[in-house]
Amino acid sequence: MKKELAGIYTVWLRDLKRYLRDRPRVIGSFAQPILFLFVLGTGIASSFSVFGGGGGEEFLDFMFPGIIGMTVLFTSFFSAMSIVWDREFGFLREILVAPISRTSIVVGKLLGGSTIAMIQGSIILMLSPLLGIPIDFLIFFKVLGVMFLMAMVISGMGIMLASVIKSMQAFQVITNFLLMPMFFLSGALFPLNRTVEWMNIVSKANPLSYGIDAMRFTLLGDVSLQLYPMWLDVLVLSFLIVAFSVTGAFLFNRQD
Amino acid sequence: MAWLKGKVAIKQMGYIDKSKDNKSENIIEVKNLVKEFKGLRAVDNISFSVKKNEIFGFLGPNGAGKTTTINMICTLLSKTSGSITLDGYSISKERNKIRNCIGMVFQDPSLDDRLTALENLHFHGLLYNIPRATLKKRSEEVLDMVNLTERKNNLVMTFSGGMRRRLEIARGLLHYPKVLFLDEPTLGLDPQTRNKIWDYIIKLKENREITIFMTSHYMEETEICDRIAVIDRGKIIALDTPENLKNMIGGDIITLTSEDNIKLKKYVEDINGIEVHDVNEEKIRFEVKNSSGFVPRLIKESPVKILSITARKPTLNDVFLELTGREIREENASSKDSMRMRMRRRMRH
Repeated sequence: MKKELAGIYTVWLRDLKRYLRDRPRVIGSFAQPILFLFVLGTGIASSFSVFGGGGGEEFLDFMFPGIIGMTVLFTSFFSAMSIVWDREFGFLREILVAPISRTSIVVGKLLGGSTIAMIQGSIILMLSPLLGIPIDFLIFFKVLGVMFLMAMVISGMGIMLASVIKSMQAFQVITNFLLMPMFFLSGALFPLNRTVEWMNIVSKANPLSYGIDAMRFTLLGDVSLQLYPMWLDVLVLSFLIVAFSVTGAFLFNRQD
Repeated sequence: MAWLKGKVAIKQMGYIDKSKDNKSENIIEVKNLVKEFKGLRAVDNISFSVKKNEIFGFLGPNGAGKTTTINMICTLLSKTSGSITLDGYSISKERNKIRNCIGMVFQDPSLDDRLTALENLHFHGLLYNIPRATLKKRSEEVLDMVNLTERKNNLVMTFSGGMRRRLEIARGLLHYPKVLFLDEPTLGLDPQTRNKIWDYIIKLKENREITIFMTSHYMEETEICDRIAVIDRGKIIALDTPENLKNMIGGDIITLTSEDNIKLKKYVEDINGIEVHDVNEEKIRFEVKNSSGFVPRLIKESPVKILSITARKPTLNDVFLELTGREIREENASSKDSMRMRMRRRMRH
């Protein structure tokens, strides 16, 4: 048991150290959300007045939790998917021949990806004063909790996919056909309950929409924007964490 | 308590010790091992054993099944059928016990290049549950062995290919494994660095009791092995000491060019009763027991004018040629190989 914990810790620590040393990655992953928020967000907000209707500033507030969600989504997904090339060309082989179980590797990877995603999300969260969204310690820790749930779900999903997918090409396809639709249909950029019916239905099957919903309510505290009650969000996310990580561990355990 | 008495009695009779003796002779035993990838037999029913403290080598061209076999022994890949035991542990049941007593140097780099040399060793120690104080001592020891002590706090990213390999060997030894696997340890390195790597391995062998299992497709490198298994298309086609393998050739190898090869060929075959092969349109090749006496005599007595002649000792490449009719050389790199090379280059910069 002690050995397995040491294994989990090693895998986690490695991911974290790598991340902290990779300056371009830290800066790069910070740039994309800012671009989305201040360029795309401001642009869309100002178009409201053209087509009649107000609430341009409120739109930025609305979008902010979505952008944090986006950061968490991409960071944790790519962290987990790094298994794909790490297996073939990197350090993962060293871990795979070490005397620790595959399950510990999966747990370490889940926690590693989630920790990095929470750090990235927190950096974006620091922008909230710019938007005039009040934040205190309590809210911060609640947001941290929501980020953790989201990151674990997405990491679990990433590990599940990484255990099945072995090539880099397939990885590109997944990014385009899974990650982007997941992001667009998560309610990060527009309220899902006010769009066409099919989008609303599809979004219910999207794990991310529960995360974004929880994030928005925690940050803005606006009941009118809520899609689901908070307890349901937490329940769905917790259930998915268990389901995805157990499946992920099972798939990863299977040898070729 | 009768059953307990029985057990003690067996122990006293030396029954258990005897099985231990068997274990100490062969550290790895592979029986009827098969690996299929989607109907393709990469490893085709091979059996062999590796003796304790020997250097055992796999020699064969790319894609012969060397790495596949090693990956199965080191628990990275599941077998289709057959059995493997390492130090008495069965691969099917006691995977973690096997992992504990093997050290790996992979064909592809498996260091984390964003970590320093020492950190790479530190992570290895954590994974193998080496106590902190021991880890510190051993890290210094292995770094010293591969002459990397001065660079221990540098990021691996800044290391050359040879330095990385040396660090990987050091890391593979950190937990004092019983068997060290070296899968193409010198692939992609320049000749000078390759020699250095082998110097370290020979030095290592002199200083401690360890079994080394290596693969290579560079002939001359496998000469340091105590025993070599020649592997081709998933099968072991010969297994012996390098000396005995070379003795299969039956003497020195003569290659020559003359004004009339057909005539000369017939002459040599008639006089000496040996078979002569065509290498290409210009050259013929045959083996003789004692070339230093034969060559001057042939030049003097040959019915046709000899334009060039070389005589040399047989190499393992000749053995492979003899066994398969083909030469071991780098065939066209597969897409995966070229991907590997690209990654390797990328990792180095």
